[in-house]
Amino acid sequence: MTLLEVRDLTVSFNTADGVVQAVRGVSFGVDAGRTLGIVGESGSGKTVLTQTLLGLTPGADISGSARFDERDLLQLTEEEMRHIRGERISVIFQDPLTSLHPLYKVGWQISELIRAHDKSVSKKDAAERAVELLSRVGIPRAERRVNDYPHQFSGGMRQRAMIAMALALSPQMIIADEPTTALDATVQAQILDLLLRLQRESGTALIMITHDLGVVADIADEVLVMYAGRAAEKAPKREVFYTPHHPYTKGLLESIPSSSAAGDRLRPIAGQPPSLINLPSGCKFHPRCGYVMDRCLSEEPDLRQVGESGFHNSACWLPAGAAGLSEEAEELREEAVHEERGEAAAEVAEAVAADVPGVAVVGIEGEGAAE
Amino acid sequence: MAIAGFLIRRILTGIVVVWLVSTGAFFLFFARPVATVARQLAGHAATPQVIAEVIRNLGLDQPIMVQYWHFLDNLVHGNLGYSYFTQEPVNTMLKQDLPPTISVVVGGVIIWLVVGIGVGIISATRPRSWFDRVSNILVLVGLSMPVFVIGELLILVVFLPLNRHGITWINTGYAGISQGIGVWMGHMILPWITLAAVYAAVYTRLTRGQLLDTLGEDYIRTARAKGLSERRVTFRHGVRAALTPVVSQLGVDVGQLLGGVVVVESVFGLGGLGQTSVQAIYTDNLPVIIGFVIVAAAFVVIANIIVDLTYALLDPRVRIT
Repeated sequence: MTLLEVRDLTVSFNTADGVVQAVRGVSFGVDAGRTLGIVGESGSGKTVLTQTLLGLTPGADISGSARFDERDLLQLTEEEMRHIRGERISVIFQDPLTSLHPLYKVGWQISELIRAHDKSVSKKDAAERAVELLSRVGIPRAERRVNDYPHQFSGGMRQRAMIAMALALSPQMIIADEPTTALDATVQAQILDLLLRLQRESGTALIMITHDLGVVADIADEVLVMYAGRAAEKAPKREVFYTPHHPYTKGLLESIPSSSAAGDRLRPIAGQPPSLINLPSGCKFHPRCGYVMDRCLSEEPDLRQVGESGFHNSACWLPAGAAGLSEEAEELREEAVHEERGEAAAEVAEAVAADVPGVAVVGIEGEGAAE
Repeated sequence: MAIAGFLIRRILTGIVVVWLVSTGAFFLFFARPVATVARQLAGHAATPQVIAEVIRNLGLDQPIMVQYWHFLDNLVHGNLGYSYFTQEPVNTMLKQDLPPTISVVVGGVIIWLVVGIGVGIISATRPRSWFDRVSNILVLVGLSMPVFVIGELLILVVFLPLNRHGITWINTGYAGISQGIGVWMGHMILPWITLAAVYAAVYTRLTRGQLLDTLGEDYIRTARAKGLSERRVTFRHGVRAALTPVVSQLGVDVGQLLGGVVVVESVFGLGGLGQTSVQAIYTDNLPVIIGFVIVAAAFVVIANIIVDLTYALLDPRVRIT
């Protein structure tokens, strides 16, 4: 059953420097109890996307729809939205150091959430519930730590407390916005395990926002790769990892230091993410793409079905069959590039190759060319 | 325990501070020839003999260290000396001058806090609204208008016209609370408004800035994501955190003002620590100057101790040491 159905969501902000096009026509769905991983660099619009769903982007121009449990989240009044936040959909933010109020006890902050949605719960009961929740997320001696202030908690413990708070009212969906980015690597794994275990126990749907494909590999069912405010690729996790179609997804995979690829050199993605105020023409990824073709400079591709599973969508002009990391797929891509790259695209390709040594650019020979 | 140790330590250092300040004032006084003091007392036409006589009477002919020792000895026994001119004990003068000054400061503080924090909160929660713009302009006016101008204006446009029409509740000069709260307030209301005008502007700006910063914090986003009402987010989470720096600023300001609100006291003829100490400075009245310096320094020291205690109370991350 689809719990959340987002259609054609567009979010922009008017700023002194111009219109920031943070999200441009993104659609996706999340089923009850499933996990969607949203992957992208900073500035790809992934955080704005999810905060818009909860009405946490004041001053934004928003269009599209987001059906959650028979209602459009984008049409709710502030008061109706208040009952969704924390109760039906809760959020775990990136930095647990700054996301808890420094002047209030951790337990109090959890009780406050409980009592904000159900006034009939007594302070005492809410406090007892806070202790239960803290011990459920693995905080030792929770009955004492509940009276600690956030600064008395370690980073990992604070994120556990945030998770406890997110779970407090058994929401139908949790949005985790880079929940492990600010933590030590060892703590990251613990927190991910915890999230996954609790999600399975409670049957909550999870949207995991991250820039780290490794995190997605651990816990996601479906993956949405975002680039410059748009969906670049959308597919079940296996497809994204084994048969990526969009060159951006492929670039992300190749830039992960992984043991399986030991001996290979890391391949960074050339260039920088574009400014959301002044987006490039055509496909927004073309200035960084090793497969750039002429039509990429002028026409922006929409998501379309690629690969063989029927659930794999990619917004790229490369042939639908050219999915994956196999030599066969690479040949298909090179063939397409040879046919469709004219002078204009060749110039862009030269620039991409010149930008970062070691970047693979089809059709460009030299030190940095594809090996 | 920690608090007791903290208090003892801070009070001891406070005493050292007050001693250093009074000693500084004492020796600064003797940077000028003592004859100028005597000439003031004796009048311009006084003969050298008369002046020498005056100097001897005041004990100013003795070596500085002897005078200083004498001063310290008196100080330890709680005697701040006697006015050169009236022979009135400085202690008595202080007792007379404290009530007007405290009245002005306490009333002014209440008004400026209510106005400053209130306007600051509304401005910060509605940035760039017409309310915010108008209050920003008024803040600039309040900040740039000299206190005596505001005071004289109030006398001109409020006190005088009312008085002319027989409404005498609002008055100048000082009347103690013992004459009735109504009478006291009638005398204090204009000084309060005058003092509050400037400080309300400062506190509006401070509150607005602090609250705007706080409302941009991650934990405010968390509070909203918890589904709290906007009111609760603003007050319970925003204002609570934004007010800590305001409280510490308040301590400093009140401590300083209690040492004398010179201009307000003078404009409304209230008497008070400020007015008297300025007169004492004009007339080189050393015992009075030093007495008032000691009181002013003590207020600042006490205010700072209270600020630090309050800070620890307001912010659990601050430890009293």
